[in-house]
Amino acid sequence: MRATAVALLVLAASATPLLAQQSPAADPARADAAIKSAFPTAPADWQPRLTPDETMRQCSAYRNAPPTAIAEEIQRRERATIVYPPDGKVLGDWKKGEAIAQSGYGLRFTDYPPRSANGGNCYACHQITKQEVSYGTLGPSLLGYGKNRKFSEADTKAAYDKIYNSHAALPCSTMPRFGSNKILTIEQIKDLVALLMSPESPANK
Amino acid sequence: MTIRRTLLAVACAAIAAVSVASAQDDATEKAIEKYRQMLKEDPWSNPGLLDADRGEALWTTPRGPKNVSLEQCDLGKGPGHVDGAFAELPRYFADADRVMDLETRILWCMEKLQGFDRADLVKKPYPGGGQPVKELGAMATYVANKSSGMKFAAKLDQPKEKEVVALGEALFFRRSAPFDFACATCHNASGLRIRLQGLPQLSSPEEARKVVGEWPAYRVSTTQVMTMQHRLYDCYWQMRMPQLELGSDVSVALISYLVSQARGGEIAAPGLKR
Repeated sequence: MRATAVALLVLAASATPLLAQQSPAADPARADAAIKSAFPTAPADWQPRLTPDETMRQCSAYRNAPPTAIAEEIQRRERATIVYPPDGKVLGDWKKGEAIAQSGYGLRFTDYPPRSANGGNCYACHQITKQEVSYGTLGPSLLGYGKNRKFSEADTKAAYDKIYNSHAALPCSTMPRFGSNKILTIEQIKDLVALLMSPESPANK
Repeated sequence: MTIRRTLLAVACAAIAAVSVASAQDDATEKAIEKYRQMLKEDPWSNPGLLDADRGEALWTTPRGPKNVSLEQCDLGKGPGHVDGAFAELPRYFADADRVMDLETRILWCMEKLQGFDRADLVKKPYPGGGQPVKELGAMATYVANKSSGMKFAAKLDQPKEKEVVALGEALFFRRSAPFDFACATCHNASGLRIRLQGLPQLSSPEEARKVVGEWPAYRVSTTQVMTMQHRLYDCYWQMRMPQLELGSDVSVALISYLVSQARGGEIAAPGLKR
């Protein structure tokens, strides 16, 4: 299950209202300092991984339940990072999408030098097709995703946005920002959109 | 790894024909639970006990540049007291001026009493696939086993201890690396899974009490004992972070937070995991 472990697709969200205000908050600077010293073998080009960006900081501080003003700020900032294919067509090949959804490969310290393309590991968290029974439940079921949306163009574009940067739709989503963080390529994201939105996809059968 | 997945897939093989998603979830959960019960039914079937025995032999054997055993290692209840020591860890140790969990304390004793080089010990502290747990881990398994059946009773009430628990909580919710993951991404809600693997809600004392006491644990899928420090290292691997150092402030703080969440929970180490 290690290879399949964590990652997701679309609409992940566990904005559980938590006890952010109740607990004795540790100084974030203390956590940053502890992190800096806890990974002494990290190469120079891995150092950025140790430092959260502003969106991560805000989501950590509010435990994924940011107040409205912060949520809107995150949404604006993250939406601005979305890049579309030059021809504007966001529907790729669902068969390739299925393979990307199955793969959890990529970006772990044992994945260098890369032996294959990164995966999206969508099944780790989402049900997508009836055929794959080994799926996680951290994210919502995506079975019938396109069919339920009547395969509309607007929803197809929205699916692209959510995979590219889930925070644009849902600030502090627990789903990785696959496009913005360069986990997946634009082509791969198009293939995942097809897995969700193509009438021929097993997700919609 | 496919092996691990296959193991659970076997447990779920009986639920092939399903049409409704929720019914499928229920059936899957039941099949997994049955598998866990089968593993638990015969406690002597746990191969981790062999590592506990190996750990005991290592503990009492003169080793290292100074050629002494660890029988004078003070785990918090005084030198030589192993029974029940794990149940009161982590704790603040004045001699090290630091809060330490079990493995970090053993590491410290190996360095200070036996004269081992700390840098060597933390360089590659965890076994590769199929290899048995390394010496420090075997000793941790032995010491933890000597608190089996007891309840987690670490006080964690000294200022430095409280500070470390608070740090662990902050780290639990801290996102990082390209996937934006925090421990909380997977362990802050009840009843969820990654693929077929159930995820305990470690921010909930009720759920933490059920699972934290099972570590160190023998993992059927990798045929080796995995310690708590190793567990966290593996979580950070999955989170796309670099290699978490054994005995680091981060691992000590997270373990302190987990144990504080699990206070009152029973220790059943070594546990048996998928």
